[in-house]
Amino acid sequence: MALQQTRLIFKHIDEPGYTNDIDCYMQHGGYEQLKRAVTMKPEDICADVLTSGVRGRGGAGFPAGMKWKFLDRKSGKPIYLVCNADESEPGTFKDRQIIHKDPHQLIEGMICSAFAIQAKLAFIYIRGEFFEGYRILERAIEEAREKNFLGDNILGSGYSCDIIVHRGAGAYICGEETGLIESLEGFRANPRIKPPYFPAALGAYQCPTIVNNVETLCNVKHVIDMGGEAFSKIGTPGNTGTRIWCVSGHVQKPGYYEFACSELTLGQLIYDVCGGLKPGRQLKAVIPGGSSSKILRADERFTGKLKDGSEFDWGIEDIPMDFDSLMAVGSMSGSGGVIVMDDTTDMVEALANINYFYAHESCGQCTPCREGVPWMRKVTQRMVDGEAREEDAELLKSIADQIAGRTICAFGEAASWPVQSFIAKFKDEFVEKAREQAARRKEGKEAALETTLI
Amino acid sequence: MKVESIVEHITIKIDGEDVQVPKGINVIEAVKMAGKGKVVPHYCYHPKLSIAGNCRMCMVEMGMPMRDRATGEAILEEDGSPKIGWMPKPTIGCATDVAPGMHIRTDSEMVKESRNGVTEFLLINHPLDCPICDQAGECRLQEFSAEHGRGYSRFIEDKNVKPKRTRLGPRVMLDDERCILCSRCVRFTQEVADEDVLGFVDRGTYSTLTCYPGKELAHNYSLNTVDICPVGALTSTDFRFKMRVWFLKRTPSICTESSVGANTEIWSREGKIYRITPRRNDAVNDTWMTDSGRALYKAVESDDRLTHYTIEGVHKTSDEVAAAAVEMLKAGDAVVVGSVHSSLEEQFYYGMIAQRCSAKPMLVSHYGEGDGLLLSEDRSPNLRGALVTGLIDALPTADLEPLARSVEAGSVKTIFAVNEDLTELGLSKELLAKVQVIYVGTHANATSEVANLVIPSLMVFEKDGTFINQNFLVQRFKAAVPGPRGIQPDFTVLEKICAPLAQEKPAPVTIDAVWERMAATFDILPEDARWRTLPEAGLALDGTAFQELQFVETKNLKYDPAKAEVPQAEPAGV
Repeated sequence: MALQQTRLIFKHIDEPGYTNDIDCYMQHGGYEQLKRAVTMKPEDICADVLTSGVRGRGGAGFPAGMKWKFLDRKSGKPIYLVCNADESEPGTFKDRQIIHKDPHQLIEGMICSAFAIQAKLAFIYIRGEFFEGYRILERAIEEAREKNFLGDNILGSGYSCDIIVHRGAGAYICGEETGLIESLEGFRANPRIKPPYFPAALGAYQCPTIVNNVETLCNVKHVIDMGGEAFSKIGTPGNTGTRIWCVSGHVQKPGYYEFACSELTLGQLIYDVCGGLKPGRQLKAVIPGGSSSKILRADERFTGKLKDGSEFDWGIEDIPMDFDSLMAVGSMSGSGGVIVMDDTTDMVEALANINYFYAHESCGQCTPCREGVPWMRKVTQRMVDGEAREEDAELLKSIADQIAGRTICAFGEAASWPVQSFIAKFKDEFVEKAREQAARRKEGKEAALETTLI
Repeated sequence: MKVESIVEHITIKIDGEDVQVPKGINVIEAVKMAGKGKVVPHYCYHPKLSIAGNCRMCMVEMGMPMRDRATGEAILEEDGSPKIGWMPKPTIGCATDVAPGMHIRTDSEMVKESRNGVTEFLLINHPLDCPICDQAGECRLQEFSAEHGRGYSRFIEDKNVKPKRTRLGPRVMLDDERCILCSRCVRFTQEVADEDVLGFVDRGTYSTLTCYPGKELAHNYSLNTVDICPVGALTSTDFRFKMRVWFLKRTPSICTESSVGANTEIWSREGKIYRITPRRNDAVNDTWMTDSGRALYKAVESDDRLTHYTIEGVHKTSDEVAAAAVEMLKAGDAVVVGSVHSSLEEQFYYGMIAQRCSAKPMLVSHYGEGDGLLLSEDRSPNLRGALVTGLIDALPTADLEPLARSVEAGSVKTIFAVNEDLTELGLSKELLAKVQVIYVGTHANATSEVANLVIPSLMVFEKDGTFINQNFLVQRFKAAVPGPRGIQPDFTVLEKICAPLAQEKPAPVTIDAVWERMAATFDILPEDARWRTLPEAGLALDGTAFQELQFVETKNLKYDPAKAEVPQAEPAGV
């Protein structure tokens, strides 16, 4: 491996002998930041987090310090902190590692954050399928409580806070923050309309609420450790801190790799870090930020201007892995799930697979998503099943265009971006699919090839 | 008497035109109010329910004048007009409240395109069975599809299959395939009826409306869900498959079930009533009514209707019966037992008759249990009318024990009874045999059987008139269907009895002639008030003169005994 990882969040994860109990964590300097945090002024921590420029690691990449600033503190209502551990974006598997292997880091980060925003109570909304993770967290919280890192009068600071772990029941939409709050309150996870239900003003139980991703909250601990200024030096301005890239797909060594933002390019990640593609294969496409981000075609040239005005002209391998660069090339870094596809990939099948997922996960509340996404699934399924039509590509794009930007929550975009980008970049394959099938049918053969689709 | 409520108005721009709208309303209402015939199509939004924002039909483009972040000053275009920061995506009109300077586009390309998209999506899994659907003709989906649909389908896949005939309750049937999941019915049962029985099960495109396990939609407001269902998913078991709605005539009426006086609409064809639905009146019943009130029309076709003027059981003309009644009343020692179910005009006549023959007017109460919503404790539509017309000056009694004693003592010769079955109020048939009974009523009962004179009366659906509700709101109802053949409006017959009692010649009366006399007689009524010109939303009277009375109504939707204030009639809209 040519490149050395910059491990911050994953510093001890996978270290031989490192266990997830509190003693091991404290031997490695754990809870020192909390001890410092409770002696600081909460508003100083908030200011530090804002200075650090740490952006949300859940997908949208919104600056965490800014999110905290939006909190409605005038209402007099209690403030809640919710950790979004519903990691369900296909291609993403970083939060699970933190929870399983270093749960105290999350707990410390959460209590620091809760103290900073003066939360009355904190929740961890954990994905229902993470049963082991739930047990580990419950045990870790018990350990932390025994040592007075949470509970009443934390470390004699006069501040009290507790963490409640709440298990979801297995729905992607529970990762959407207002859907998560509904689910936390015990209702169907139907996302709320914004306005008026911005969590920072009207969140859990109609009280001001901050919802942050697991990795984001872990970062808060490191912001306190280094100070906001020093933290912001990692990476580039606007893209601070490290990112954990969860690489999956057709690479030799899939897995999670932590690097500072912009530290490496997509090419380095695939070829140097992950050992390249399987022998004899060519790179075809990459989905850089979880299945909902827009796909990048391997032979594309990406040109344009960055936020700072500098022009760029990149091939897919030159794209620096950070928030803004991936945004500039028309995709996003999302949750960090890098899905690599080589030239054996049938793009229609790949899209059919993604559509199946989103059609299954639509909550069904608002019309465009409820009706449009299953329609797209039916179209791609039909194409795979041997009934593809040449006009289907246009139809798919038109359906996706009617969904994006018209829905209650961002699920509409999440479901239509893959379709829009697959059609924009691989339309020829969709048309070719129909022609191939027509030709096979003419020869009296089965129109559909055998697929591995679920 | 209409009091203009003081509402702050703001200026917004709808499609480039400045309009004044009240502060605090949403874009859908603003466009309806000031958009000069423009409408924002919508399904899930209902003015009396919470905002769900799930149908995505009411999308509009919204923009606000841009301001410089540093200085806060307005940014101007080159021509000096304020620069508008348009939102990049369309926003839903139902959840967007108007703000000063707001710009709205209701017919831009983006708006049209998003509405067309939503319409296409709603139709792909919709069965499109309009020819056999009861909602056809009053279906939002049908209406908006004509405007926003593409006329053909791009959907060649199989439609979803869902339950077609689910019985949600005794009066409501559900066709899940037609359901567009707008959640109006769910919100209604939670927020208005306060009985949480409906919800969605399953997820995404398989979401299905259903009752909670072990519960059914059986409360007395269940049929309102049928009214507010924008499509044919919820249908009334009573009305379904009976009649196409476009054949029906709609007549404004008032519910007689209780003193709430819910505004209703009678749907009839060729003299037959098919259904009753609520009519919006924000001062009375919002847009709701009880299920029990909707069933009242069934009494119209009841077998025991009184259909002939009779003297001692022999069919006579109304003139002959009236003359006989005058003779009886002139003989003295008469008692008038009026009715809280009579219209204001009729009560006015009963009052006059009682006065002219020095009879003591009596009234019997009809009380029951209230539900705190639209069914009040006073199960009569016009108790306040009896007070206003001076028929009584105290609250009515539960029975007629004193009258029974008087009859026993022989001090009463004639009882003029309206709509009340005296045998159930303490006067046995044996007692009634001792006196002469004139009975006015709609249906036969034990009293009409023994009555010497029977004067058939018209039901509320068959005549014009007015009621005064619990809030002293004078409300008008119109005849929807003709009454039984040969039966004249009550006040026409009553005039024939009333005039001769004062040695006058009966004059042909119209309802406005009655109103002219009433307005001249009672100070509480405005002098120029006439039936024909009564406001659609009702005429609010000042009831302070009666506030000493211990009315039985407890707090309900639009009535609070603690606050004896006069309701302010607002313009009704739909």
